[in-house]
Amino acid sequence: MRPSFSILFFTVMSGAGYGLWMIVGVALAMFWPETSSGEFLTLLRWPGFHIYGLAAGFLLVSSGLLSSLWHLGRPARAWRAFSQWRSSWLSREGVTAIFTFAPALGIAVVVAHDAWIMRTIGDEPVVGGTLWFTATTLAILGTLLAIGSVLTVFCTGNIYACLKPVRAWHNRYVVAGYLLLGIYSGGLLAWALCTLPHGHMRGTRWLLAGVVAAALAGALLKHFYWRFIDRERESTTGVATGLGHLGTVRSFEQPHTEENYLTHEMGFRIARKHSRKLRRIVVVAGFLLPAALALLAVFVPGSWRVGAWIALVTGMTGLFVERWLFFAEARHTVMLYYGAR
Amino acid sequence: MTSLPTAGPRKLGLVIDLDTCVGCHACAVACKEWNDGGAFGPLPDADPYGAEPMGVWFNRVHGYEVQGSGIGDSRLGKAEPRAARSNPESPIPNPANAMSVHFPRSCLHCETPACVTVCPTGASYKRAEDGIVLVDEDKCIGCQLCAWACPYGARELSAKRGVMQKCTLCVDRIYNETLDEADRQPACVMACPTRARHFGDLGDSDSAVSRLVAERGGYALMPELGYAPVNRYLPPRPRRDGTTAAKATVTESIDTAQMSPLLRWVDRVLSR
Repeated sequence: MRPSFSILFFTVMSGAGYGLWMIVGVALAMFWPETSSGEFLTLLRWPGFHIYGLAAGFLLVSSGLLSSLWHLGRPARAWRAFSQWRSSWLSREGVTAIFTFAPALGIAVVVAHDAWIMRTIGDEPVVGGTLWFTATTLAILGTLLAIGSVLTVFCTGNIYACLKPVRAWHNRYVVAGYLLLGIYSGGLLAWALCTLPHGHMRGTRWLLAGVVAAALAGALLKHFYWRFIDRERESTTGVATGLGHLGTVRSFEQPHTEENYLTHEMGFRIARKHSRKLRRIVVVAGFLLPAALALLAVFVPGSWRVGAWIALVTGMTGLFVERWLFFAEARHTVMLYYGAR
Repeated sequence: MTSLPTAGPRKLGLVIDLDTCVGCHACAVACKEWNDGGAFGPLPDADPYGAEPMGVWFNRVHGYEVQGSGIGDSRLGKAEPRAARSNPESPIPNPANAMSVHFPRSCLHCETPACVTVCPTGASYKRAEDGIVLVDEDKCIGCQLCAWACPYGARELSAKRGVMQKCTLCVDRIYNETLDEADRQPACVMACPTRARHFGDLGDSDSAVSRLVAERGGYALMPELGYAPVNRYLPPRPRRDGTTAAKATVTESIDTAQMSPLLRWVDRVLSR
């Protein structure tokens, strides 16, 4: 399958954005049990980790979604895609993506409102106006943000996993991969945001441990996925045409002399030649190096800041290569009619 | 609605005879011509007279070489044959047991078409009344997910129009009361010079097409994928077993002892 840049950018970037929102959402929801409005006020100041995360997630998710419109033949009609959520995973993805903006904007509105009130009060210890923040609103909005993000990435994965003609996509590794890599890249981003001024977040050790665990899980998952697609059961032109019982079927004349939409879109072959090397790049740059840097940051606190950004760059590079391979290595059944084997 | 309707009794479709198809592409051309001006047109090509012309055709005619020991067996539809005797990698078919099959490929109007259910906009739909799968080109956003979902390559994106286009089973001909009743057939069926294409109701076991399918062992493409195609293909009839062809290529031996001295001399000279 031809990897189109708009889809690569969309799935990697919005995957990372939703992963970040999952972490921000959970982090916000975790304030809930320990109600202390004073703590909220310090933690939810601009700038701060949660606000960074909310904003960075918003940028990534929106630019990813906008980029996906480039893929459409008629982008102006994109709003129609919200209608068929009963049957279509793509439609469900659209609905959940829009739904997820609601809690994100909700949090932003509350923060903006309270920041405005705080400003009018100045440094007075007494709060004059009514702050909208309560432990409950935080918990509800954070939970909704995390749930919406998980659901959206789940739908993205299922768009591919439901396509029977592409065996490399129609399997149980795909949805798990999208979710895991989304959370993982969100974790890398969260780590980088923590290094910004006032970006401190509680439980950074847990974040680093999560990054290491997700990286190792990601590497393992991709290993098993690649083993699965390499064992691809050979189908033939004989099976596709139903002529196999007569002998070996071979295409000797194409229906057209030039490329057509199908051969252009589904006959993409360039990747397979370099797939071994590219897979190694994914594992090393995408997973092992960031995991090593995260471990280093736990034991050598001095490397925490530099490590975060190196891990983010190599990790995201690895994920782009991973997503490129995800498309480029996938074969479509229709190519059997064109003599593919 | 892209959810599938409850299936009605009528299943309109095509039956394509691979025995008589000669690969002339008349069906593809007639289809392109009708649909360019029909209710679902136009079908514009990008760069039509340039170096890389590209455009949507609802019908594509493939040419296959079938090489194997099963051809002469006259037991079609039985178990898988042994592997071809000749080297399958060889570019030259062994004429003794090879044949060519021309294979028109178009939408099969499946009973459970994934191209319809994956559509996010409701542009793709399957008609309850006759099972025809259509695209509403005013709603299509050109996301191409339906093309990915179709294993038969029935859908193509029109680069010029930005929407997906596919075989309509000439829905604007078959119910068209301004045409003579004999002409209310898909354009491809009308155009076929060898009558290799038949149109009818495959949901009715008494229809001409259903009887043809029963008589000739018509089959569906890749039923194992679960899309339940409506169209059927009639397999090539068995060829002669290849022994006559084999005889023609046997090197003849000459008993020179029976020839006159002159002919023996000529044979010796020519054999050098």
